[in-house]
Amino acid sequence: MAQAYSIERSTRASRITAIVALLALAALAAAPWWAGRADLRLLGEVYSFVALATLWNLLAGYAGLVSVGQQAYVGFGGYALFALAMFLGVHPLLAIVLAGIAGALIAIPVAPLLFRLQGAYFAIGTWVLAEVFRLGFAQVSSLGGGSGISLPAGVVAGIAASRPLREMLVYWVALAIAVAAIGFVVLLLRSRIGLALTALRDSELASESLGIDIWRTKLLVYVGVAGLTSMTGAFIFLQKLRVSPDAAFSVNDWTAYVIFIAVIGGIGTIEGPIVGTVIFFLLRETLADLGTTYLMILGAVAILVMLRAPQGLWGWFAARTGLTLVPVRRRVVFSDQSK
Amino acid sequence: MAEPILSIASLKAGYGDFQALFGIDLEVGPGETLALIGANGAGKTTLLRAITGLVGCAPAMVRLDGRPIGGMRPDRIAALGVAMVPEGRRLFRSLSVEENLLIGGERARRGDWTLERVYDLFPILRERRRNPATALSGGQQQMVAIGRALMANPRLILFDEISLGLAPVVIRDIYAAVPAIMASGVSAILVEQDVTRALAVARKFVCLQEGRVSLAGRPGEHDRQAITAAYFGLAR
Amino acid sequence: MDWVNAIVQGVLIGGLYALFAAGLSLIFGVMRLVNIAHGDMIVAAAYLALVIVQATGLHPLASALLVVPLMALIGYAMQRVLLNPTIGKDLLSPLLVTFGISVILQNGLLVAFTADSRRLAAGSIETASIQLAPGLSLGVLPLLMFAASVLIIFGMELVFFRTSLGRAFRATSDDPEVAQLMNLNRNHVFGMAMALSAAVVAIAGIFLAIRTNFDPASGPARLIFGFEAVIIGGLGNLWGTLAGGVVLGVAQAVGAQISPGWQILAGHLVFFLVLGLRPRGLFPRMD
Repeated sequence: MAQAYSIERSTRASRITAIVALLALAALAAAPWWAGRADLRLLGEVYSFVALATLWNLLAGYAGLVSVGQQAYVGFGGYALFALAMFLGVHPLLAIVLAGIAGALIAIPVAPLLFRLQGAYFAIGTWVLAEVFRLGFAQVSSLGGGSGISLPAGVVAGIAASRPLREMLVYWVALAIAVAAIGFVVLLLRSRIGLALTALRDSELASESLGIDIWRTKLLVYVGVAGLTSMTGAFIFLQKLRVSPDAAFSVNDWTAYVIFIAVIGGIGTIEGPIVGTVIFFLLRETLADLGTTYLMILGAVAILVMLRAPQGLWGWFAARTGLTLVPVRRRVVFSDQSK
Repeated sequence: MAEPILSIASLKAGYGDFQALFGIDLEVGPGETLALIGANGAGKTTLLRAITGLVGCAPAMVRLDGRPIGGMRPDRIAALGVAMVPEGRRLFRSLSVEENLLIGGERARRGDWTLERVYDLFPILRERRRNPATALSGGQQQMVAIGRALMANPRLILFDEISLGLAPVVIRDIYAAVPAIMASGVSAILVEQDVTRALAVARKFVCLQEGRVSLAGRPGEHDRQAITAAYFGLAR
Repeated sequence: MDWVNAIVQGVLIGGLYALFAAGLSLIFGVMRLVNIAHGDMIVAAAYLALVIVQATGLHPLASALLVVPLMALIGYAMQRVLLNPTIGKDLLSPLLVTFGISVILQNGLLVAFTADSRRLAAGSIETASIQLAPGLSLGVLPLLMFAASVLIIFGMELVFFRTSLGRAFRATSDDPEVAQLMNLNRNHVFGMAMALSAAVVAIAGIFLAIRTNFDPASGPARLIFGFEAVIIGGLGNLWGTLAGGVVLGVAQAVGAQISPGWQILAGHLVFFLVLGLRPRGLFPRMD
């Protein structure tokens, strides 16, 4: 029996979400008028982790490229910002964008090399890349060598005339980066490439027979993520005002935390990394004085989630409620059920 | 009648949401060979997978010597004396012919089947025992797969499509070994596309159709037409 | 002569790198798992040796009698409890669990032993050396360690190709499902593979502790050196891995001769060079 059906992507919840998200975005954009200076800084940090976790999630959760070396691009972005601003006199906010482009460009020759590594060995290959960057930048004495360098006061002053205005601008840049990262992932997943990635996740063989160029799809994702991660890194070190090889290419700060956020929130969903970041910062603000132990607790929770609920907190919640806030997959809707 | 080795009662099994078997009943007695026939997708392979523990089911649905084994871990069921010659042979490609046989006999039950006896049954394997298993011809690989199952000294041996993809002359060679295998007292289930050949070897048969038993009995009991009908699901 | 000396030292340290690599390679071969905590396990074994030497007064090399079985036991338990539930599903889960273990181990060691770097003193054998030519002498200890590494790799080859355990490893790696039908308990086989890997890790940890300073953060670099040796040598070939370790050791030694900052970097660059020119490694397995 033929049944009338249509293919839909949005759900009622998703349309409500879109409205709520816009309102929330407006409220967050207005934060400089209702939040204190320290809060703005913290929010900036939150946005950078939302961006990093969202981007890592696209790599590992959708494209099957499990990286433990994203600190390569965070650090590269940071150093690129410092170099552009200090040596070429580029305006720091423009330098963030240029650092992103530079990160994407450098990823283009790197990706084919890493893609030669079989399966899980790819992960360690990304780590080696990050080490090459770390050791390489430590050799550049004009950028402070192994001990690092601070952003000169003159450069900082060049962002905007007054300090409040400066902080406002930097805050908005952070918000824009997070929105751009989420937007990039959502749009990508809704495009033809998103369909390709879904097919890829289900079966590499099947998608090959559908005429999907796996290699090019992965390359595109890897390069896009590298660019946006570099932008995020540039912002992070603009906010920190100081960069050093160990801080810029720290696997704990830019990969361990990010992976734990994505795992706990839910890999393979758009909402997961956002939920994970919120939990990460709530926990951090309450457990801050635990220091090293905090990282161990996070690691243990992440292992537990992987073993007991691999779909993560959001995946668990969504499976129970059937809720999808940011739909990226198409659903077949039979007309007799849609009413 | 002697106590059955294997008894299956209202077996239901499947993969996730897909149910493949809807209440199968059958018994295999000591030394008995049962031919399991049916079209592609009738559920024959799922039935074998349920017996070996590769597909889950309720404990009492599969009994070996009266003991419930449904849903037990595959290696535990193997240790109780169930061996399988899987469809497509599935030899271990990084193991030599002899190693493939030895691994079948790993922690095996006591019994008559030894490396020497397998080599006596299939002399060509003795010559080629140092070769990688996958370097052999299809028929020789099938001999390795059968030998590998025999090395476990099983009480029940499951043959899944042992003639698939082999030349008729090779199939004849393989089937020539079946009487010698049965003479050792082992019980068997034989899944086979070639119904005539299966019925020639078996004491009784069960025909599956869409996950249910459509016909069962002894080879001479039903005429050709009845079996064809049960096989293809034509009007009864 | 400095250069000759550097290259000889590089060859000798290459044996240690091959030892780092051997356990990693075994695990990947049997269950397609990449253990990100591998380096941290090496460092944990070094600390275990340190604690045992301090508590019992045993010679560091003799501490292996305790460290090896203890690490094997820990490896077996870790595999059964934490890793087996994740194997076979996808690439992500086992990788991330080992990543979590790595972070926990590293920070746990930091809490227990502080960030100070340590070293195990091996006594007079440390300074003993053989004069080969004027200006070129070989330390007895590095030589001994190189020989031990070669022997261990030879032993692993024997286990893998000549024992029923090795047969079970290879069969499970070829076809895990059919291996179960051969009365092989997959969980136990994987546990034994990790136990063997951890036993090799234990030796590697003791050698590391005697040869160089180590601290809780030393793990990742050991993982990376081992990984580079595997890829340079070619997957699935332990003798290739030994050669890969030697190539890496020599590359680092030559880099260090140029400038201290280039030691590790030179190793990484050779790794990427091999990956670019010969993606299957210098000595790929024939199959």
